[in-house]
Parts: sequence; structure tokens; C-alpha cells
Amino acid sequence: MHPAFSVILLTTLIGAAQGLFLALFTAQSYAAFKLLPQPDAHAFYGQGSLLALVLLVAGLGASFFHLGHPERAWRSAAMWRTSWLSREVIVLPAFMGVVFLYGLAHWLNWHPVLTTLPGELPVDPTAILGVAGTLFAFALFICTAMIYACLKFLSEWHSPLTVINYILLGGASGFTLAAAFASVTAPELVSFLAGWAAIITLLGWIGRSASLYRNARLKPKSSLQTAIGIKHPRIVQKTQGFMGGSFNTREFFHGQPVAVLRAVKWFFVLAVFPLPLLLLLSGMQGRTGLLVAAFAVQYAGLLAERWFFFAQANHPQNLYYQSIA
Amino acid sequence: MCPPAQVVTYLMQSIKTPSPSIQEVKNTTCYMCACRCGIRVHLRDGVVRYIDGNPDHPLNKGVICAKGSSGIMKQYSPARLLKPLKRKAGAERGAGDFEEISWDEAFATLAERLGKIRATDPKKFALFTGRDQMQALTGMFARQFGTPNYAAHGGFCSVNMAAGMIYTIGGSFWEFGGPDLDRAKLFVMIGTAEDHHSNPLKIALSKFKRDGGRFISINPVRTGYSAIADEWVPIRPGTDGALLLAIIHEIIATGLYDRDFLVKYSNAGQLINVSETNDEFGFFVRTEVPTEEACYEPQDKLWWDRNTDHAVVTHTAGADPYLLGEFKLQDGTPVKPAFQLLQERVKDYTPEWASQITGIPVEVIRQLAHEMGVTARDQKIELPIAWTDSWGNEHDTVTGNPVAFHAMRGLAAHSNGFQTIRALAILMSLLGTIDRPGGFRHKAPFPRPIPPCARTPNDPRAVQPNHPLDGMVLGWPSDPDDLFVNDDGSPVRLDKAFSWEYPLSVHGLMHNAITNAWRGDPYRIDTLLIFMANMSWNSTMNTAEVRQMLNDKDTEGPNAGEFKIPFLVVCDAFHSEMTAFADLILPDTTYLERHDVMSMLDRPISEFDGPVDSVRIPVVPVSGDCKPFQEVLIEIGTRLKLPAFVTKEGVRKFRDYPDFIINYETEPGSGIGFLAGWRGKGGEKFLRGEPNPNQWEMYAKNNCVFHYELPKSYQYMRNWNKGYLEWSQRNRITRYAEPILIHIYSEVLQRFRSAAQGKGLTRKPPEHLKKRIDTYFDPLPFYYDSLEAQVTDKHKYPLAAVTQRPMAMYHSWDSQNAWLRQIHTHNYLYVNTRTALQQGIADGDWIWVESQWGKVRCMARHSEAVEPGTVWTWNAIGKAAGAWNLTPDANESQKGFLLNHLISEELPGANGRISNSDPITGQAAWYDVRVRIYKVGAGETAVGVQNTSPQFEPMKPYPGMKTRSSILAFLGVKAK
Amino acid sequence: MTQLALVIDLNVCVGCQACVTSCKEWNTAGSAGPMVDQNPYGADPTGTFFNRVQTFEVGEFPNTETVHFPKSCLHCEDPPCVPVCPTGASYKRKEDGIVLVDYDKCIGCKYCSWACPYGARELDEQQQVMKKCTLCVDRIYDTSMTEDDRKPSCVKACPTSARLFGDIHDPQSAVSIAIRESGGYPLMPEWGTHPANHYLPRRKTRIKIHEDELERADNPLKVDRQLPRPAMNEPTLDDVTTW
Repeated sequence: MHPAFSVILLTTLIGAAQGLFLALFTAQSYAAFKLLPQPDAHAFYGQGSLLALVLLVAGLGASFFHLGHPERAWRSAAMWRTSWLSREVIVLPAFMGVVFLYGLAHWLNWHPVLTTLPGELPVDPTAILGVAGTLFAFALFICTAMIYACLKFLSEWHSPLTVINYILLGGASGFTLAAAFASVTAPELVSFLAGWAAIITLLGWIGRSASLYRNARLKPKSSLQTAIGIKHPRIVQKTQGFMGGSFNTREFFHGQPVAVLRAVKWFFVLAVFPLPLLLLLSGMQGRTGLLVAAFAVQYAGLLAERWFFFAQANHPQNLYYQSIA
Repeated sequence: MCPPAQVVTYLMQSIKTPSPSIQEVKNTTCYMCACRCGIRVHLRDGVVRYIDGNPDHPLNKGVICAKGSSGIMKQYSPARLLKPLKRKAGAERGAGDFEEISWDEAFATLAERLGKIRATDPKKFALFTGRDQMQALTGMFARQFGTPNYAAHGGFCSVNMAAGMIYTIGGSFWEFGGPDLDRAKLFVMIGTAEDHHSNPLKIALSKFKRDGGRFISINPVRTGYSAIADEWVPIRPGTDGALLLAIIHEIIATGLYDRDFLVKYSNAGQLINVSETNDEFGFFVRTEVPTEEACYEPQDKLWWDRNTDHAVVTHTAGADPYLLGEFKLQDGTPVKPAFQLLQERVKDYTPEWASQITGIPVEVIRQLAHEMGVTARDQKIELPIAWTDSWGNEHDTVTGNPVAFHAMRGLAAHSNGFQTIRALAILMSLLGTIDRPGGFRHKAPFPRPIPPCARTPNDPRAVQPNHPLDGMVLGWPSDPDDLFVNDDGSPVRLDKAFSWEYPLSVHGLMHNAITNAWRGDPYRIDTLLIFMANMSWNSTMNTAEVRQMLNDKDTEGPNAGEFKIPFLVVCDAFHSEMTAFADLILPDTTYLERHDVMSMLDRPISEFDGPVDSVRIPVVPVSGDCKPFQEVLIEIGTRLKLPAFVTKEGVRKFRDYPDFIINYETEPGSGIGFLAGWRGKGGEKFLRGEPNPNQWEMYAKNNCVFHYELPKSYQYMRNWNKGYLEWSQRNRITRYAEPILIHIYSEVLQRFRSAAQGKGLTRKPPEHLKKRIDTYFDPLPFYYDSLEAQVTDKHKYPLAAVTQRPMAMYHSWDSQNAWLRQIHTHNYLYVNTRTALQQGIADGDWIWVESQWGKVRCMARHSEAVEPGTVWTWNAIGKAAGAWNLTPDANESQKGFLLNHLISEELPGANGRISNSDPITGQAAWYDVRVRIYKVGAGETAVGVQNTSPQFEPMKPYPGMKTRSSILAFLGVKAK
Repeated sequence: MTQLALVIDLNVCVGCQACVTSCKEWNTAGSAGPMVDQNPYGADPTGTFFNRVQTFEVGEFPNTETVHFPKSCLHCEDPPCVPVCPTGASYKRKEDGIVLVDYDKCIGCKYCSWACPYGARELDEQQQVMKKCTLCVDRIYDTSMTEDDRKPSCVKACPTSARLFGDIHDPQSAVSIAIRESGGYPLMPEWGTHPANHYLPRRKTRIKIHEDELERADNPLKVDRQLPRPAMNEPTLDDVTTW
């Protein structure tokens, strides 16, 4: 597939935002159980939510560049019964709304105790919004990932690993960002967040390696034989019917030599996993510079990862568009 | 299917309904290629919206091809020339520096210049036209002007096919006849990628296959029609003659020929004088029978009757001639039947021999012969159609031997093509398939006598100042005395047609006109008028040098500083490589803007069942200052006061072209004009009749086509069908109603050979051409290596290089078409995968292709569908940079290439250079070129953008042309 | 229920591209248009086409088949492009099974094209909406046209009538009969899309000639004494054996 920059930005930015939100609410939950010190809610949760929101808006903004008719984007909520894209379009703003309210509640220090759960756990609006946000964050991960995973023709994507990796990679980048953010706004949480970031990054490494392993061994289900319905071991396309290119030659192929593909793969494998891990571990003590670097490196790596995710997917339609003459 | 008919608007609920507008449908005839289908042009608010096939048209029955469907893009192309232009003073030819002028100025210039030429030496005006569908008018104009220097593109296209078959069976493929696939059981197509009769052939081919017919394609390349063949027989280019002769060998050896057919309908049984010392050696022995002086052959030849064992007059009732054997006439003259000589000729042409030459396995050659022979013999068709033959015998049925053939330039465009095609026509005759169901069928006005009656003058004094040429500009020589030569035997015509160099060059040699004029051999001319031919690009051999010649000036003498070809006029509808060299450009209209006739005097669109002619009627107004070429000719003819165009008093006869078409008669009162339909005062007559003032309207009402269906009994066996021939004579399609016997043995050729041997009373060839005539004018087909191969080191140049036109571009003349060019934007050289790998050439590599005449750089493509000793490419996809108003970086010029650079228009001969053409017909030998291929050097590829070589200075648009847009959203809802 | 479709006969397709440009011509000026062409007179011209004819070489020289292969939207019975569309712009008509795009609803997200294994959809680069073959829905029901004209433009144009059009759910239709009797098959059956369009394979006609069919009593060479009986005085076994 041709990696569209708008989609790369969308998925990586909102992934980080979702992860960041999950990190915020994880910290809040731990704090509620007194497992962590209570940070400055205003700064950490409020500004943190704002940061997540900024990423979400940026991602959403980027996604509009992918549309031929962004002014009609509102229509895209219509088919939620069948279309994961439609579901994503619904869940994303819903999630943004919750993040906004969550941040607002923290910002305004709005903590009326609505009810108390067993174990003296007071439930305030931020807790409810946090739980809702968490659900939406996961729902969004699933929607986004399922947009790709549901396409059975694209076997590189058509796997539970796609969903798992979207969650793990979004989570990793979000927690890394949270750690870097906490080093400024809530230093007491840095090691906790960096620790989780490292763990999720490690899990992501495993998940992504699994999908790389799987994809390297995929046997395409379609062949020229099934594409044109002729049984013969040697079929070669001589003409695709046009010579100056078409949507079919632009949209479904990355247009890069294999060497570039390989280089991008190695770059992202390094930049998304071991390098951020090293930086996280060395920045565990709250060294903002290292933690920011960890996020920057990981995010850059994720851009490459997402590029590779698209580029690696070999669409069966390409069987029909191989040769000009 | 048929879902319930519903209201359109209901279905448009999600698709925008077109805004209400004025919609019209007008019928006319397509001219996106030579096929000439009936089309319906749908207009919206006066703009062409959609063109589809006319279902009521006999030719295409509603279908249309890729080109026809892209006519809109031709009509609105930015390559169109919209103003008369003249070369700016001092500008070089080819530079494309022009200024707009008025038609008045253009006509005045032409009339003055041509008037002077006509008053002094009409030969100094030459008119060559790329299209031959307007020949009746262009040829007539040339004749009226008085110049012999006229031809259409047939000479460089496929004259071998026309001549080879017409000199043998009195008809040919193309517009003149074709395979009857409706009833054929076996169809053998040789060397054909596309066809003049494009859509009808496609219609027929699919029907044929669906009816269970067997289709064999013999072709070095498997594309187009060959793709759907049941069997593909790859053959080395130019060796078809060897294959056909070996098949004839096998068919005779196994007795699979139709003896009865040969006896009755060919000269196979006629006796030939075989006394080598006799002046009459090689001629049929004749007896006295009463005949009139005519171009047809009198029936005065002899058979050796099996019943009486005596010589009898041919076709004597009750007689049955021996086809084989040797006999002695009463006067002791040894004679043999023509068929005996054929058997002797093919004796050594065994399948084993042919296999070595053609690359086809021996068993495949045998199998081909057996399939043809057994199908012809065992699957006979009997149609209950009674007819009477020329000898008065009545037949209850028409018999058919259902083996059909088709061949085209693959056979023709070789310097051995004429004899190859003779072999094909003879093979078709041996199988008994001529004008019979399931075989080859003629189309009116064919069959013609062998050769047809038209003759050129045979005397240089036929060219006189201020007089029309005394004879036809093109004709059909039947013996050396018909040649158009000077008293010393040198050619009268600029292109040397009808001279001893190419005696039967019945379509002229357009491909040598420029070189000859430039060199002044046989003489220099003053004005060259080219209509619709790209003689500085794909229509010429040796392109780069011919471009030089067009721009070459005298360096000394009285005309120092003047162009060697002093005045060059080009009429075309489009910007092209050729127009750049013009001194004067006359912008032609498109086919949708003008009246036209597909005339019986020219190449009509006749069907097997009878004559058909058709017209074009304008469907949109003329663009810019364009003018149809016909109007131009009539205007100049009138200004020059050519007798056909003015009254005795010198007053204009015809208002315009439509008026000319209605009122022109070949002779005053002849009743024969350009159109055969709705003649007579009220349109009640056909073929012959007085001019009908409403003729155009009647064509318009009848789908622009006139179709006369012959009675069934006149539809077959027309060479010898008394009823048909007399009908044809009554309607002045032919002058004589005599039977047209198939020339298994060609006495016409023997006449030339005999003259070369110094025998007889006819003219004799000049010394230096005697051997050439003696060698090639063999009355029986024979195989020889092409002339180019004879002067080529085949080890150095091991590959044959040929071209084809893709279906989506065949005869389309406008590669700038925005839709068609997306399909074929540039071209590759196709090389058999193994051949390429032997040279280390990978798929897509840049390579050099080199012949002994030049080289081109291009990209290679591997292919399994090409014979290993052949490389090929699509022709005329490659363009000069900027030509046809494409951008200078367009793929056509940067990745496309032209094979013509590798082909020479001349070959070294014993006595100077001679045209690279068939020595009999002057057919351009396009497909004889031999090449080698190799990868471009490492250094060459590393730098910069890769492009094909050679490249030329980019052309620019001319004044008055529209600018090309970078985005087209044609005719739809207004683009956002 | 009706399912309109094309049945494409590879046995007679000569690759002439008539269907390609007649489709372009009808649709660019019709209700599906305009179909943009970019760089129409420049380098790498590209445009929106609903139908393409491709060429494949099957086998190795000399046993090569050249296969011309026209391809447009297959109007799947279970079209994967439809459910993924977030706006409902892509839809399959209940009444005749044609898969269409509502240009007014399309947001140009290209997701449907990703979901089509056949590459049948093309984004119009100018209008930025997804386009595809409509089976000439604006022709086939247009009662102002004659019955004969109410066919997709490509079907009408095709000189070899390699394109049949009709209802594949009607067992008596020409298309159903062709599929049944001439071995019609769908493309990429492995994806379960159930394309409505089918293809008919190449079919070969062969002639079998037995050795003894060549030699026959009516061989014309006999008439001309070319298959003569041996002369009486030529040697035979009678001359050398006594038994």
C-alpha cells in the first residue's frame, strides 16, 4: 500500500494521545488506591489532558488531508453498523469529549464525591470520566486497528496482532510521553510512568516482532492464476492497460525499492523499542531531557513503523498492475 | 435480462441527472481508420458528446472500436491546425516558424506557382497523398493538371498484396475481398496484426470461433488476432514464401488439390511452349479464335485433352485436359500444362527445405498442408444456388471448400513479397477457394481482368504543358510496352514507378519521392504537395536523412541558396513532424466537419454480397479557418482552369465539393459519378444514372450508405459467373464480361522476363536491369532471400526487426489522442526472453538496436510471444519531441522510438543505389531490416534522465493553434 | 432477485480496447462524468477509466498464449467495498445488484478501494470522489433509447461481442447459459466476494487427421497418371521366388 502521511500522522498522534490518557488515568487510579502520591491535579491531569487533546486534534486535523471531501466528513458516521472507519469516526470525537471533560474536571478541581465504593474509595466525576475515557481509548484503538485488520485481502493486516500492536505501540508512546511530561509536572510519578512505558514498549517489541515474523512467512492467497483464472505455472503480465500510471498504481504501492523498505524496518525496530528503552531507563530518575528524547525517538520510530506497516501490505489488486508496455 | 423498464430519473437518484440540453444524433461515417464504419454522433448543445456504431450500417452493425470511440478527442485535440500558415521568410524548414495567412493568399500563391509549372513542365509538380481513400479525386486532379507524379501511400503500405493477388486471381484482400468466415471451417491468417476491414473482421472472427471454426495464425509475433488463434505458428519474417511453397509442394504431392476447380477456372491446364530456343518460350500456345482488341485475355489457348489425346481449344465442351505431363504439338513444339510447371517448380521446395528457412518444424508444415487440403476436400459446402458459368454451363449449386486465408503487410512489406503473395493466391486456388463460400470472396468492383484495364501512358509525350495527362496516373501494366518510360528506357515518373526498376509498381513509390527529388534522379521538381502523410517521420524510411533532404539547399549553380525541393506544401489537420517542413500549410478539417465519399471509383466499402458505397456528412461546423482538402483541390483546379472543373468558356463548374460530387460525371452523360446510390433525376437509379440534385439528402436518410445486394446467383464464382459479369458490364463496373481465369502461371511476368532475355518485339530493359528483370519476373512463384538480406552480413545482424500497429492506434493518424495515448504512451522493443538473456539484457533494460544503416536506443521487454530470431515494436508510437502539440517531455518522444531510423529507403545496387523495395512492384521493404541488439554501455546510462535516441530539436506549436490543457474533464458536469 | 453482470469471453477478446474508450466516452460525458485526464498531452498521461484491457503471456515459447483480459468492477454479490464505506456512498442496489457510488456522499477516503481485491475502483483526482463502473445504469433503463441501445456502452461497442450482459440469476438468460455451458468462472474465488461478472475461458478447436484419410481413391493425381500402376515388365517377387 502507499503510505499516506495523513494516515501515518493520524494513527500515531491519536495513539500517543490515547496512551497518554491511559497513563494519566492509570496514575490517578494508583493514587486513588494510595499506591502513588497524589500529583498536582491541575498541572498533571489538567495539562496532561490538554496535551492529549492537542495530539488528538492534530491527528484529526491530519486525517482531513486524507479525504477528498473533508467538508463532507460529517457523513462518515452514518455506517457504524458495518464500517470500522465509521465507528472510529464516532469514537474519536467521543473520546476527545471525555478527555476534554476529564481534563476540565481536574483543571477546575471538581471533585464532588458522587458515591463511595467498598474500601472507602470515593468516586468523583474524574473517576467516572476516567473510566469512560479508558473504555473509549481502548474502543478507539480497536476501531482504528480494525480498519486495517478487517481487510481480509491484506493478510499483513488481517490479524489480531494488528489490534494488539496498535494498543501496545499507542500505549508505549503515550506512557513515554507521560513520563517525559511528568518529569516537568509531577516528578514523583516519573519512575512509575517510565517503568510502565518500558514494560509496554517491551510488550510492543514482542508484539511487533511477532507480526514481523508472521508477515515474513505469509503465503499470498491470491496469485496471477486466481486473478485471471488461468491455470499455468508461468503467467507474466505484459500490459496493465495504460502506461502513465493510474490510481491503481499510485494508491497500492509504496514506490520504493526493497532496500528502502528494509532500511525503514531496521530504523523503526531500533527507534521504537531498544533506544527508547535505554533512554527511559536512564531517564527514570526524572531527567527530562532523556525522557523527551525517548519520546521523540520513539515517535519518530513510530512514524517509520506506520510507514512500513502500510508499505509492507501487499494488496492483491497489485497482481493486475505489474507491467507497462 | 431485461429488468422492467423504469423511468430514468428514478435510477438517477444517486447519480446526477444530466442537465436538460439540446440533444441531437447525426449519422456519418467514421474516419478514425481506413475501416469506415457507420457512426452515430450524439451532440449536446452542438458539442460532440458520444459516438457509437450505427446498428443499421452493413459494415460494423453497431459495433465500434477504440479509435472510433475516441473520435471526440481527435475533434477537440490541441494538435489541430486552425489557420493557413506560411513559413516565415528566412526560417529553416523543420524549425516550425510560421505566420498566419489568409486562404486568399494561400490560393493565390498556389495558383500562381502551379499555373507557371503547368504552362511549362507539369512534371515539376508532384502530389503524393498518405491516404488512399480519396484517390479518385486526388488522382483525377493530378491527371487533369497533367503531371504523372502522383501516388497514394499504397506503394509503401501494401502494394504487394494488391498486385500479387490481383495479377493472380483478379482480386485481393483489403477493400477488394476477404475471407468468408461465415462459412469457413479453417481460417489461416498470415502476418496480420490489424486490418483495414477492422471491425468486420473482428465481428467475423468471433462468430467463426464460436461456430467451432479452427483458426491458425502464422506470424512471428502473437498479438491481436493471433492471440485467439487455436494454433500459433511462429515464423521468421520474410520467409512466408518458403512456407507457402512447401505447403503447395505437399498439397500437390498428396493430391489434395481441387483438380476440377483448377481445370475449369484457372490456366493450370493450358499449354505452355517449353522450347527454350523458341522466341515464344514460356508463353501459352495460342490458336486463332475471333476476339476483339481488349485488355482481357482471349480464350485462345490450348488444353491437351485426355479423351482425344490431342490439343484442343481451352474449355472445349466435353474436353478434359491433362494437368500433368509433357506433350508435343503437331508442329513439334514441346508443351507442358502450367500445372506441370508448377509441380516442377515446387519439387525441391520440400517441408524439410522450408523448415530450415522458416524455423517451423517439418511436421507442422505437413500438418498445415494436410489440414488445409483435407478440410477443403472433405468439408465441401453445397449451396442450392443455380448459376451459369462463362461457357454457358448451368450449375445447380455453388460449391465451397471452406478454407479461408487472410494476409496483410506481414507478407507484403518484404522485397520478396510479390512472389510470396503469388504463392498464397496459388495455394488458395489449388484448394479451390476463390470466390466460393467459406473461402475467399470478392467485393465490388472486383474481380477485374488480369491485369485490370487501367493503363498509364507509355510515352513521355503524354505529359504536355497545359494539358491533362494522356492516360491514367496509376495503372496496371500487362507487358513491357505498357511501361511509362522515356525512349532510352529511363523513368518518366519522379518515383520511377512503371519503369524497368519496378515495372508493376501499381501504387507508385511514395517512399522514394523525396530522395529522388532531392537528388535530381530522375529529375528535380518545383513543388511537392503532400496530403496527410508524415514523410519526415513514421511514413518514411531513413527518417533522419530524409529530414535533412527536405531542408537541404543547393550550394552552387543558378539556384545556389535555394532549397533542393523548392516549394513544399502540406495539407493536414494536425501539427506533425511533416508540417514543420512545409513552406505552406493548408489546415484540413476533421472527418466530423466535412463531406466525403467512399466511392466505387476508389476503394469503396463493398460487401461480399454486392457493392456498397458511403458518404460523410458534416456533423459539426468547421473549426477555425480549416478547409476540407477536397474543397482546396476544387478551388485550385478551378483557378487553374483544369478542364474537369471549368466549362469550355473557363467558367467554374462546381460551387463546392458536395456540388461536384452530385454533378461530376466521368464523361459527359456517362451517368457514372463518385456515388453509385440514388442516381437519376429522382434517385431512382443506381450505379449509373443522371446526377440527382438530392443525392446527399438521400444518403443522409439512409445511414450515409448505399448497399446494393446482388441476386444470390451473382454472389459467387464471379470470375466466371456469366450472369454477374454481364450485370457488371451493363452497369459499367467493367468493360468486358469475359471470364477471369486464375493465373497459376503468370504470362504477364513472363513477358517481362522474355524481354529481359532479348526475345520478342516488345521494349527491352536497359542493360543494367536485364538480370534483375530476368531473375525476379518468374512466371511461377519462387523463394528468394530479401534484397536487404542479400547485402547484409547475417552473422553481424542476426535478428529480423519488424513493427506492428496496435489495434487502438491502427491507421488512427493521431497519437496525440488524449485517450488512446494513455493506452500506448511509448513503445518497447520486444525480444524473446532467451534471445535477450543471451545478450545479458534484462526486462526493461536500455539497449541499442543497430542495423547497418543506423541505430536507436530504446528499452527492451522480454516476451514469450515472439519468434526468437525476431524483435518487434509498435510502430509510430514514438514521436519527435513537441510534435502533435505534445509537451517536449512527453513519453512518446522521451521513451518512444521509431524503428524507421534503422531502415534505408535505398540499397546499394550493382549500378548505383536502388530503392529498398520489391523489384517487381516497388513495395517498400519495411520488414526486411536486420539488426543486432546490445545493452547500452555503463557510462551512457549513468548520467541524467534516460531517453531514447535519436532525439531532435523540440518542436513548438504554430500560430493559431489552441493551447493544450494540463487537465481534461471533458464535457461533463462543470468541474469544481 | 436480479443480478446484472457482464460475462467476458476471453476466447474471442482480441484486446482491441474498444470497451475501454467507449466506456470512457459514454461515462465522461454522462452522469458518471466527467472522468478526468491529467497531463493529457504531457508526460505520463493518466486518467480515470472504469475499464481496462490488460495483456498476459501464458507459457513459454513456442507454447505461448497471449491473453487479453478486460477488467472492470465485477459487481460482487457480496461486495467487500460496500460495508466498509463510512458514509454509505458505496451501495449495492437491491433491484439489480449493481454496485454504485453516490458521488454526493463520497468523502474520498479511498477505504472502499482498499477493500476491493480487484482494483476496480478509481479515485477521480479532480472530483476527489471514488468512481467505478456503473454498468451504464444511465443507459440500461433509459426508455428513450431503443431496446438494443439499452446496454452498457462497452457491450455495445465490443466488435467481437466478447462482452455479454444480463441477469446471472435468471437461469435462462444468455449470460447464465454462457457461464453454465462454456465454463464461466469468477476471479479470485478465494475471497468469497462472489463476483457477478464472470469470465469464459479459451476454448480450442483441433482437427484430427488420420493417416489413411490422406490417401484416397479420388486422388486427382491418378487422373494425370501420376499414381500409375507399375508397368508389366517391372521386376516383382514372381520373378525370383517359386514357393
